[in-house]
Amino acid sequence: MSDQTIPCIELNGKPIPFQAGESIMQAATQAGVYIPHLCHHPDVSPHGSCRVCIVKVNGRVKASCITPAEEGAVVESECDEIRQLRKRLIQMLFVEGNHFCPSCEMSGQCQLQALAYDLNMLDTHFDHFYPNRAIDCTHPDIILDRDRCINCDLCVRASAQIDNKQALSLGGRGQQTHLQANCESGLLKDSGIESQDKAMHICPVGALLPKNNHYPQITGERIYDKAPISEVGNVRPENHQGDQTKGPIS
Amino acid sequence: MKKVVIEPVSRVEGHGKVTLHVDDDGQVQEARLHIVEFRGFERFIEGRPYWELPLVVQRLCGICPVSHHLAAGKAIDQIAGVSQLSAPAEKLRRLMHWGQTLQSHALHFFHLASPDLLFGMQSEVEKRNVVAVIEAYPDIALKGVKLRKYGQDIIKAISGKKVHGIAAIPGGMNRALKPEEIRTLKEPLNDIIAWSKDAVDIARSLYEQNQPFNANFASLSTPYLSLVSSNGDWEIYDGNMRIKEPNGDIFKDQYPCSEYFNLINEQVKNWSYMKFPFLVEKGTEQGWYRVGPLARVNNCDRFSTPLAEAARQQFMAQSSYGLPHATLAYHWARMIEVLHCAEAIQDILNDNDLTSEDLKRDGQRQATGIGVIEAPRGTLFHHYEVNEDDQVTMANLIVSTTSNNRAMNESIRKVANDHLSGQTLTPELLNLVEVAIRAYDPCLSCATHAMGKMPLQVELLNQQGQQLDKITRSHTGEIA
Repeated sequence: MSDQTIPCIELNGKPIPFQAGESIMQAATQAGVYIPHLCHHPDVSPHGSCRVCIVKVNGRVKASCITPAEEGAVVESECDEIRQLRKRLIQMLFVEGNHFCPSCEMSGQCQLQALAYDLNMLDTHFDHFYPNRAIDCTHPDIILDRDRCINCDLCVRASAQIDNKQALSLGGRGQQTHLQANCESGLLKDSGIESQDKAMHICPVGALLPKNNHYPQITGERIYDKAPISEVGNVRPENHQGDQTKGPIS
Repeated sequence: MKKVVIEPVSRVEGHGKVTLHVDDDGQVQEARLHIVEFRGFERFIEGRPYWELPLVVQRLCGICPVSHHLAAGKAIDQIAGVSQLSAPAEKLRRLMHWGQTLQSHALHFFHLASPDLLFGMQSEVEKRNVVAVIEAYPDIALKGVKLRKYGQDIIKAISGKKVHGIAAIPGGMNRALKPEEIRTLKEPLNDIIAWSKDAVDIARSLYEQNQPFNANFASLSTPYLSLVSSNGDWEIYDGNMRIKEPNGDIFKDQYPCSEYFNLINEQVKNWSYMKFPFLVEKGTEQGWYRVGPLARVNNCDRFSTPLAEAARQQFMAQSSYGLPHATLAYHWARMIEVLHCAEAIQDILNDNDLTSEDLKRDGQRQATGIGVIEAPRGTLFHHYEVNEDDQVTMANLIVSTTSNNRAMNESIRKVANDHLSGQTLTPELLNLVEVAIRAYDPCLSCATHAMGKMPLQVELLNQQGQQLDKITRSHTGEIA
């Protein structure tokens, strides 16, 4: 097959090949181009809920994780308009929860925080909601800190699609939406989730954390202290190599 | 007439307010330093996982966060069931704390207090700041800046940041030092020790050159509380409590920190958010005490390093009976501690344990942790209770400035009685009140001594609470 027959999209002015059925996000990832995202992970089905992966497709704003790549589509992922929209989305996520970065174990390794830095977010723009969210520390090995949860649903999908457990779910509606243990008691200790589950290792923030291995790195040596997320990608600490500055974009 | 003294609505950070209550004879019966800032740390850490404590509570302070970090660290060691850290972990913590004490003391003496001492307490406000010190005494100012920087460099090497880094984890530390980091820290050490020695000489000569005024100024004859090591050495990271009577007799020795709540209680007064700790056995009126550099130097039997020990002996020789009580001697004692920290840092940087990866111990989970440490400003208590799900259920923090609360009020009262003329408040008196407060190096002065123009208001009230006079200096230095 010659190059001319491979369908391509134009992403930020460069041709990016794709295979039939792939999303713009998948095509970009294959080509090593990072499109910011939070609720997307290549190992689980796309969700399209966080909207951080928005791009301009032939002039219209769409979520790249759920938009199929189409031959000849002109896609812009880093224009000022998109970056400004992304910043507003990140700001909304910050004010919707309670994000205390200074004491958070995921600070420096948090994808939400890293995107805020990458988008030059200097304030939250909107008024804080200051929601009253319960922390669940009942599990012997895991804590669920809903203050940090952005309701991205990644852990819910990972538990169902990879761990085959359905240990977690999103409950409530609207502003009351919250991550919950998918069991009668509603407590994490009864959910069946375990430390080695994929659901425990897919959170882009610090909502689900182990009860051991606290603050393993000092400031300056954490993932996003060394390089911005646009270079490193969405990397979990357990998958990060010590000196990695440009890893697999995921 | 009822006078509202505290306005919690106007919680202007760092706004110092003093009221002086005089009787019919014009004698100041009571002085009140009002602390109107409300923090609430003890409540909002409830429910959090206990291992977050060192990182949360260090945000109490930007000057001595390491003290809060390590006090909480000691407490969570106990909660993790670890009674003895590995030698490398303990040495890293000690090194970090020496660096912290060195930088905090250097900041206070050179940046905050030295303008008063070098230019005089009544010099014009425009002159009483570190910029003026740099212009008039560049050598002294530069040494002070570099001393502070060195202490910060140690903190950064261990925790990743000069302020609010990450170091203590339950049962140990999260990272060893690298050999190249140790080599870098060793390079300026000879200068650091020489400058520290100079700092002691400066503090001593400034104190001695204006005798007997300095010995009497804001001076109080009080008990002193501090940690000492098991053999009575000066100690800031661990050890047990010692309390000396004003005449030097020992009231309590090797009192276990885990039972601090039997030794100390706290009184609440309706005019300040800062509590008033007192020794239970002596009661609220007789049980107040002082903490900090003066307490530590007065309480210990010796320093473990030669230059600091020689300086301590010279310091103690100033008082032929009892203990040195001069409030302004805090500055001198503070610089002796700087010298000791510099010597101790030099010794420990030759210890190979600092690069060891044997950093963490485990144990059987406990429900309580009590971490007591000597912060630069004095003894610091962190007490936590934790439920079986690892969440904090109770926190009690007695910070150093709190222990000196009554003493600061009494020092202000003494200054006012010695220097108040009639029923009129003068800028000169306001200056003296400020110098008395600053000697204790309270957090208030850290937060507010912006270029020597600490916003301060002094009110003079009669026994009926009626205002006789009032004087205010704004942050711009204007007197009103």
